[in-house]
Amino acid sequence: MTQQSGLRNAVLVDGVRIPFLRSGSDFKNLMSYDLGQMAIKSLLTRTQIDPGKVDWVMLGSVVSNLSTSNVARDAALAAGIPPHVPAATVILACVSANKAITGAIDLIRTGQADVVIAGGTESLSDIPIRFRKRFRQKLIESQKYRGVFDYLKFFKGLRPADLLPEIPSISEFSTGRTMGQDCDRLAARIGVSREEQDAFALQSHHNAARAVENGWLKPEIAPARIPPKFKIVEEDNGIRGDTTLDRLAGLKPAFVKPYGTLTAGNSSFLTDGAAVTLIMAEETARALGYQPKARFRSYAYTAQDPEDELLLGPAYATPKVLDQAGLSLKDIQVFEFHEAFAAQVVANLKCLDSDQFAREKLGRDQKVGAVPPEKLNSWGGSLSLGHPFGATGARLVTTAANRLIQEDGEFALIASCAAGAVGNAIVLERCR
Amino acid sequence: MPYLQIEHKQGVAVVWLDQPGEKVNKLALEMVDEFRATLDALEKDDRVRAVVLISKKEDTFIAGADLEALMSLTRPGEVAALARKGHEIFNRLADFPKPVVAAIHGAALGGGMEVALACHYRIATDSPKTILGQPEVKLGLLPAGGGTQRLPRLVGLQRALDIMLTGKNIYPYPARKMGLVDDVIHPYGLLDAAQKVALRLAKGSPKRKRKDSLLNKALEGTSFTRGIIYKKARQMVERQTRGNYPAPLRIIDCVEAGLEKGFEAGLEAEADGFEALARTPQAEELINLFFGITAQKKHPAKDKVRPVEQIAVLGAGLMGAGIANVSAVQGYRVLLKDINYENVAAGEKSIWEDLNRKVRKKALSAFDRDQIFNRVGSVVDYSAFRKVDMVIEAVFEDLELKRRVIAETEAATGERCIFASNTSSLPISEMAATAKRPELIIGMHYFSPVPKMPLLEVIVTPKTADWVTASAVEVGIRQGKTVIVVKDGPGFYTTRILAPMLNEALLLLEEKGEIRHIDQVMRDFGFPVGPFTLIDEVGIDVGAHVSGILAKLFAARGVKPSDAMPRMFADGYKGRKNQKGFYHYHADAKSLTGIAKKKKEVNQNAYKFFGGPRRAKQDPEAIQQRLLLVMVNEAAHCLQEGIISTPRDGDLGAVMGLGFPPFLGGPFRYLDRRGAQAVLDEMLALEQVHGPRFTPAEVVREYARGGRRFYS
Repeated sequence: MTQQSGLRNAVLVDGVRIPFLRSGSDFKNLMSYDLGQMAIKSLLTRTQIDPGKVDWVMLGSVVSNLSTSNVARDAALAAGIPPHVPAATVILACVSANKAITGAIDLIRTGQADVVIAGGTESLSDIPIRFRKRFRQKLIESQKYRGVFDYLKFFKGLRPADLLPEIPSISEFSTGRTMGQDCDRLAARIGVSREEQDAFALQSHHNAARAVENGWLKPEIAPARIPPKFKIVEEDNGIRGDTTLDRLAGLKPAFVKPYGTLTAGNSSFLTDGAAVTLIMAEETARALGYQPKARFRSYAYTAQDPEDELLLGPAYATPKVLDQAGLSLKDIQVFEFHEAFAAQVVANLKCLDSDQFAREKLGRDQKVGAVPPEKLNSWGGSLSLGHPFGATGARLVTTAANRLIQEDGEFALIASCAAGAVGNAIVLERCR
Repeated sequence: MPYLQIEHKQGVAVVWLDQPGEKVNKLALEMVDEFRATLDALEKDDRVRAVVLISKKEDTFIAGADLEALMSLTRPGEVAALARKGHEIFNRLADFPKPVVAAIHGAALGGGMEVALACHYRIATDSPKTILGQPEVKLGLLPAGGGTQRLPRLVGLQRALDIMLTGKNIYPYPARKMGLVDDVIHPYGLLDAAQKVALRLAKGSPKRKRKDSLLNKALEGTSFTRGIIYKKARQMVERQTRGNYPAPLRIIDCVEAGLEKGFEAGLEAEADGFEALARTPQAEELINLFFGITAQKKHPAKDKVRPVEQIAVLGAGLMGAGIANVSAVQGYRVLLKDINYENVAAGEKSIWEDLNRKVRKKALSAFDRDQIFNRVGSVVDYSAFRKVDMVIEAVFEDLELKRRVIAETEAATGERCIFASNTSSLPISEMAATAKRPELIIGMHYFSPVPKMPLLEVIVTPKTADWVTASAVEVGIRQGKTVIVVKDGPGFYTTRILAPMLNEALLLLEEKGEIRHIDQVMRDFGFPVGPFTLIDEVGIDVGAHVSGILAKLFAARGVKPSDAMPRMFADGYKGRKNQKGFYHYHADAKSLTGIAKKKKEVNQNAYKFFGGPRRAKQDPEAIQQRLLLVMVNEAAHCLQEGIISTPRDGDLGAVMGLGFPPFLGGPFRYLDRRGAQAVLDEMLALEQVHGPRFTPAEVVREYARGGRRFYS
């Protein structure tokens, strides 16, 4: 959806995240609820927005915790958002936060809200390990048991293997393949070599390390103080600034063994984290005395067949969003692409730069164009910073806006893929 | 106007308690006759199979007995007669042939809880407003409505003693667990549930049995083992009250009389004990303090208050974090600023731990903890200060630093942001001297640890605007503090009257006294800690600093204070904080179980500042007299100079801020009780020996001359 006459402008006032940490590290005892409230509180503290002025809260979160099934609501209430403000948890795989943000844009453009907090929160340290279906059914049935003899029924037809817990895997329901397996397939199909993947991963880590060194990420990160000891965590802990091509080349295939090309080194890792943005109608932001960072110019969603194009969302969403915005790739100074896997980003870049892809898949005469490498994810990406599924979109938007200001650009493009072969792209315009 | 309204519902008589013209129900004599008549009528009424007792007031069942009415009973025997009259009606209730259910929402305290105890069944709401308790001991009294008899029979001897000797609040779920209430339900279903259970009881359903551990049953099952429990309880009371408070022992006596000689004998002991206690000076003073605290919660200048929504606290140390804590608990949004995240995190941790303690005690849910905690937003710069209404600084005690943070605050906030300094001694006027807007500057002196200490001393300068004072008082009251407003001057009120007392203690050391002995003697007298322990806790550095500030004031009266603290400080002594003070502080002072291994040891090296190690115990009464009277005299000076505006402020400040023995009521109540002339004579005698430190304040002479009292 693009900016149309008669509709209001939605602007990004600010965005903030807590550090993204490898799952099982410092955030391991916290729930996504805890991470979400930390991020919202940091946003409230930093922007000093009156919580009563917030009209909506929307947070993405993929692996839901049953004790906080609408985690956005629980985190918002805990963080000090007044009870009268509705909150919804949004699930759209890896673009959940993107969906929260574009939902905010819609509410604002159509006059249903003036101020929205949108983002996401994810704990992958705390995944729901379940009993197997047969055992679950038995447990549910047993709630109706009355006498001692009823309980004997419990064991009828129950095999020992049914008692083993079941750890959910990140696999596509329709294809049965995990995302890593799928991407390995895609890399082979499009022709992304192991070397290209490793080189891209290396660049991501080096970019992130450089950004940390120069303090570029500071404005988007609020240091976390983790109860009960209140250990201070100020930075992301997944960045490997010292990694080398040799070291990456030494890693074994992780998904398609032993011949595949995707490794732990060129894939994003399981991450805990939360990121939120403060989005307002431009007139509201100005009236409240804020200098917005960027205007939401346009956004688009696409979806393909999960069988063969699970991770090609950016290749489809990019031309769509640019057309809507009336821009071409050359007009973009800042590119923020979600990095699920190095192979996935490289495959998308190749498709965007391919006349054949444009003709066969996009119905266009010409390729969309080549993304200049130095303008892509120059402060690091999901491969190096981490990827808390439900929160990444809010990081991408915030970083893109901060880069626009620092790199003195006019337009930024955010593009992401998601399970189910959904794609998303957003165009930001610098607010002056 | 009747207190009770009866409503008949399908065989249940619902008795609504609704004291006319009052916000809460209080037990009063007028109610008894009406209650008796009601019971008589309900007994005869065949329609009525069961009774439910419930309150019409918003958040109280019965808040307690009417204290003013109690205080008006002055003739001998009147108080005991009142208790007996109460017993009669409570017994009537307990023996009522039809089941009576107490439906409790809100406070059921003191006599209110005793009404519930006399009923046959108790059902309480799960609201945080619902609290039960027997707080009489805090007023120097005992539960005189049969509480000392019915409570042990309901919840067991040990638990009953704990409840009555501490006066603590009991929340619904713990109350159910111990059997104090039989059921818990949400507020909206209270009446319905009470009716249902009342009818069930009328049909003769069995009563719930008391839940208790086998060990407790064994311990409380024989007269011999109960004897051990009484003995232990008496020992504990002696240890804690040091003989200053008669009420707890009386409570144990009543319980013992009841359990060993029978219910009737117990009630007799209760009535006699109540009569005796109500006549003690301790009860009079404690009740007077209670009235004082209650009166102070009413803001005298509410119309001048300007709303404060966002508070910022500078400095996330123990003080700053404590102030942020009590503000957030009361719903304020707070910015907590320090210079780095290490300091901020330490402050956040102390707030979170304090809240989490309540979660562990089930007084707060984990979610509520998060919500309160998240009202405190921590920052390391002033960039978010734009909309702050009040800044409270708790930075290091240094005039230049305070002036600097005032300038920084002025630059970062709007033109109407109040700046309050939480200083214990630095003159507010001097801080304000370099301020752009001195009318916004005020002192808010909190006491450590802030969540526990009930006093707030608000300090105004001649330039402080009225609305600033009114707003600061309002914030203090909302933070749950008892607020006194005092004038700016060296040491304000509390620090100023504490300093001469500590000085006197130091002089006693110079006269070869013993550190531990003096501390112990003052605790025996009724202070919560001795002077040297206090100096160590507050810090010798702080003490040295404060004595410097007060030096000129005392010099003008010809007083030459001890110079020991500055000398100790120069030698690196700071007290507990650097484990170098009057006592030794080892890191291993506590064992793994958290129980102190042994008493802390006196640091013998400290004696070198006081003329060497040769020591002798001094006369305890002389020690107590000197320390008390310098303090009382200084309080009188403060009244005379207008530092405090009323004797009541002076008494509340001394008791609640400094631990002046509560049973003495405060310096001015002490003067009144002893008579100004008697105290004046003692001061004059001490002046003869010790010089101008004891020269009585003019106001003491004046009151002595006129035979006047500070309280009318």
